[in-house]
Amino acid sequence: MIDGKDKSSIIQMFHVHKYYGSKKALVDISLNVSKNDFLFISGPSGAGKSTLLRLLYLGEPVSEGQVLVDGMNLSRISRKKIPFLRRKFGIIFQDYKLISTKTVFDNVALVLEASGKKRKFIEKKVRSVLRTVGIERRINALPPSLSGGEQQRVAVARAVVGVPRIILADEPTGSLDSDSADIILNLLKGFHTHGGTVIVATHDKELIRKAGGRILYLKQGRLLGPAPI
Amino acid sequence: MATYYHRAVQDIKDNGFLSAVTIITIALSILIVSAFALFFTNANNVMNHWKKSARIMAYLKPGISQKNFPDIKRKIQEIYGVQDVNFISKEEAFKKLKEQMKRQSSILMNLNENPLPDAFEICMIASSQRDEKIEEIATRIESLPSIEDVEYGRKWLERFTNIFDLFRLAGYAMGGIFFMAAVFIVANTIRLVIYTRREEIKIMRLVGASEKFIRGPFYIESIIQGTLGGIIGIAVLFITFKLISSNVEHSFKYELLNIKFLSPEFYCGIILCSMFVGWLGCYIALKQFLKA
Repeated sequence: MIDGKDKSSIIQMFHVHKYYGSKKALVDISLNVSKNDFLFISGPSGAGKSTLLRLLYLGEPVSEGQVLVDGMNLSRISRKKIPFLRRKFGIIFQDYKLISTKTVFDNVALVLEASGKKRKFIEKKVRSVLRTVGIERRINALPPSLSGGEQQRVAVARAVVGVPRIILADEPTGSLDSDSADIILNLLKGFHTHGGTVIVATHDKELIRKAGGRILYLKQGRLLGPAPI
Repeated sequence: MATYYHRAVQDIKDNGFLSAVTIITIALSILIVSAFALFFTNANNVMNHWKKSARIMAYLKPGISQKNFPDIKRKIQEIYGVQDVNFISKEEAFKKLKEQMKRQSSILMNLNENPLPDAFEICMIASSQRDEKIEEIATRIESLPSIEDVEYGRKWLERFTNIFDLFRLAGYAMGGIFFMAAVFIVANTIRLVIYTRREEIKIMRLVGASEKFIRGPFYIESIIQGTLGGIIGIAVLFITFKLISSNVEHSFKYELLNIKFLSPEFYCGIILCSMFVGWLGCYIALKQFLKA
């Protein structure tokens, strides 16, 4: 039943399929994510992990099935409501997706500006978040001048600054050394401790082992249940 | 709003060359259109002045006795639409002619007799200043037996009006062309800016920015460009006008050439139009190139 009234669920997927032409990227995915869940979606490259995350924030539409996010049915959502849906998420992209012509501060502040926050509040909040992720000293730097680890921390700062309900992280430690990966993991754990929901798509078994959350295994677009770690 | 404004100003700075091209194009378009407007406004004023001061000259037949003059004057004054009638004797007319032709006085010196006729100068009331009314009064005066000929300069005024109307039409056409050109240039500039910032716009959407948040600064940016273009165009026209008019005023002292700059209402209107050009160019660009 799709009524979105399950108070403990924040994300529900019902028989979701995603096709790219004749290629099946996701097949019959049904999934329930509770509030304050720490969920790993694991699987080999090309299994459909990133596609699954994209469906949640309407990065692309489902081909079949239904997705509910915090009570919003994504099949029926109007275009005007999409920004409101996306503000429920803090997204950490695999390739960071930082604006190369804007400073670290501006990249992080963008989320708050977009939701109409006051300048003074933005100034204070962004500095505080950058301090938390340990990158305050690079506040005026442009992303291309930062290392991979630093860029990822900026991406995490941008993801958490708007106090979203859910964090989606796509291979958040993919190209990082183990120290940087630990910092990112701790930041995600911190968000989770404060009541947030975290969904991480990764094939990094080390990260999953350290984090110790719920794990789902995806293979060739099909959800196969708990992952074989 | 303040955030949009700051982002718009930052965009103008970041895309300095493109913005400068847009502002200059708008300024040139506004300059040309305003120059036409300035010409038409002044030409219109001059023509209205000529029309208001239109007079009929009624020339008497030779040999009419002076004692008949009051009777003729009375008959002319009785015609509806006539305000004032002044008698100009042929001696007076000859004297005026001599004054006006000081350099060619030798021609007049050789004349054995005054060739000019006695005449009446007739002024009309305001409601009779229309071309058809003037013609009607002139025909009635001409039908008086003592009158040989009447003159009221209608033909050249009509010819001038026709030429003026032709110019006005050309002005409207040029205004339209420049308006479209300016809109096209603004649209193109915004399109290029969108193209260079497509990745940024994509990221903004992903982090939850609304279309209003993305589009707002573009609108402000193009309205700023339109305003600056309008102000520069009007300023250049004003400086050029001051330079030319001071030279003209030194050379001529005629009332005919008492040219005036556009009224504040008019140039404020032009600047508003210029802002509209910016807005419209942006609207077209965003509609075509920034689909949600």
